[in-house]
Amino acid sequence: MTNNRSWIPYLLILPSVAFLALLFIVPLVQTIWLAFSDNGVPSPANAQRMMADINFTRSIKNTFLLTIAVVPVQLAIALAMGTMVAKVGRGRETILWVWTIPLGISDLAAGLVWLSILQNSGYFNSLLLGLGVIGRQASWLSYQTPVALFFAIAVAEIWRGTAIVMVIIVAGLNQVPKEFREAAEIFGAGPWTRFWRITLPLIRPALQSALILRTVLAFEVFAVVYALGGRNFPVLVGEAYNWQNQNQNYGVAAAYAVLIMIISLAATLIYLKAIKVDPERLP
Amino acid sequence: MSAQTTSTANPAGFVSSRRWLLWSGIAALCAWVLVPIYLVALGALGGRQGVYQWPKTGLPTGISLDPFILFLKTEGVLQSFLNSLGAAGITVALSILLGAPAGYALARYNFHGKDSYRLLVLLTRAFPLAILALPLTVSFIKLGLYDTIIGVGLIHTVLALPFAALVTQGIFLGVPRELEEAAWVFGCTRVQAFFKIVAPLALPGIVATAVFAFVISWNEVFAASVLTVRNRTLTAYLLTVLSESPMHYRFAGGLMLILPSVIFIFAVRRYLFAIWGISSK
Repeated sequence: MTNNRSWIPYLLILPSVAFLALLFIVPLVQTIWLAFSDNGVPSPANAQRMMADINFTRSIKNTFLLTIAVVPVQLAIALAMGTMVAKVGRGRETILWVWTIPLGISDLAAGLVWLSILQNSGYFNSLLLGLGVIGRQASWLSYQTPVALFFAIAVAEIWRGTAIVMVIIVAGLNQVPKEFREAAEIFGAGPWTRFWRITLPLIRPALQSALILRTVLAFEVFAVVYALGGRNFPVLVGEAYNWQNQNQNYGVAAAYAVLIMIISLAATLIYLKAIKVDPERLP
Repeated sequence: MSAQTTSTANPAGFVSSRRWLLWSGIAALCAWVLVPIYLVALGALGGRQGVYQWPKTGLPTGISLDPFILFLKTEGVLQSFLNSLGAAGITVALSILLGAPAGYALARYNFHGKDSYRLLVLLTRAFPLAILALPLTVSFIKLGLYDTIIGVGLIHTVLALPFAALVTQGIFLGVPRELEEAAWVFGCTRVQAFFKIVAPLALPGIVATAVFAFVISWNEVFAASVLTVRNRTLTAYLLTVLSESPMHYRFAGGLMLILPSVIFIFAVRRYLFAIWGISSK
């Protein structure tokens, strides 16, 4: 491009930079200031109050356990979906469309969907009754059944969140040249070796971005928990919401927000380190 | 084909059983996605009796549109539906208007700060963006944006804009630069060349990006709930009335949230993988 026009790209990105500065950078700084100040002076009061709260430890534990339970399963299902659909010729489009439907479903709606299945007179209990496992309605979503509630939330999250991982993985798989696998096959590599040694290393960029995206979203889990268990299952974002809307204490809510941001950033950095993407070796 | 069948040492039975395994796996995963949606639809159309019917058969008996229509007539439902449409409309307009020019700049120019800009966009991905609605409450009250659809649309644009910039970059990269340069040679100005040559070719991809921006806004719960009190979006409305609404209303709400986004995802299904291939680079 000619030098006398060098202002054009800046003009084109300026509106979005200004917008993100105003509504991303400024609130980010505001959140940090709100969390670590009290009446306009720096203070650890909000952080202390957050840590002294009875739900604090539980919400951290619950959020981490959910993330650890949900993300690997989502990745495994997504990889299975990607491998399966690669073997399909006709009908591929339809199958992929069905599998991507949850991409358009909000976490609130996912919670309500699984509520219809898991509520006391719901389909899950009806099925168990039909199989003779239970004699009368069992409850899965009350505060007396924390383990069952945990699994219910995990299932709803897996149901909804797998689609996004699958789409990124399939997009990554589509970019792997066929010749790589064919060559491995000629040299006698079995399906498992091909998968671990050829496919998986080649879709590293896709794996990395899918894991980062999904993990950050998993730490943000909120509405699905609320729809299924109400306040029986405290999670970090739910606590931030309660401090903000019920208790009207913006400082402690901001302290939770900062904590969630630190955890998300740490997870992102770990993924960036752990899954190295070498641009030279990409197909 | 014939070479393959002769060289395959496996007996035909083994091959077809693998085939069978593949298709039953695919069918099971399709059912895993579809059956829960079918069941919540039954719940939404079954009304109060449907909820307490025990044991349930899972068959579409005793359903009608009446319970769903009754839900739509509940005070606040229709208004929050319209509010959701409004916020999503603002999100679509802003994220395309601000994101597409940035995407074009990234695709066509080399400039100082390009990498910093990409870093800023990627940085947003490591943050739980909806949480940023918390401090915005105070500034939005001062600016008169609190409890308005515009305010919700603005914060949803923060979610959709980085996505729109990255995806449109990929879309513009897909339009051959030579076509644009040819238009310049034939006397078009840059602006004319863009609107006559590039824009029509990029349009389908941009529409798909817009649909995604819509879905992002339509589904967002946290920021919308924090930033509104009376002018609630559908998600925020459902969240706040959740604990006091009867079961079949909750299911109707769930179905109402699901239907539009499923239709939209269907409309852009051809672009799904191209878009995510781009945005995950």
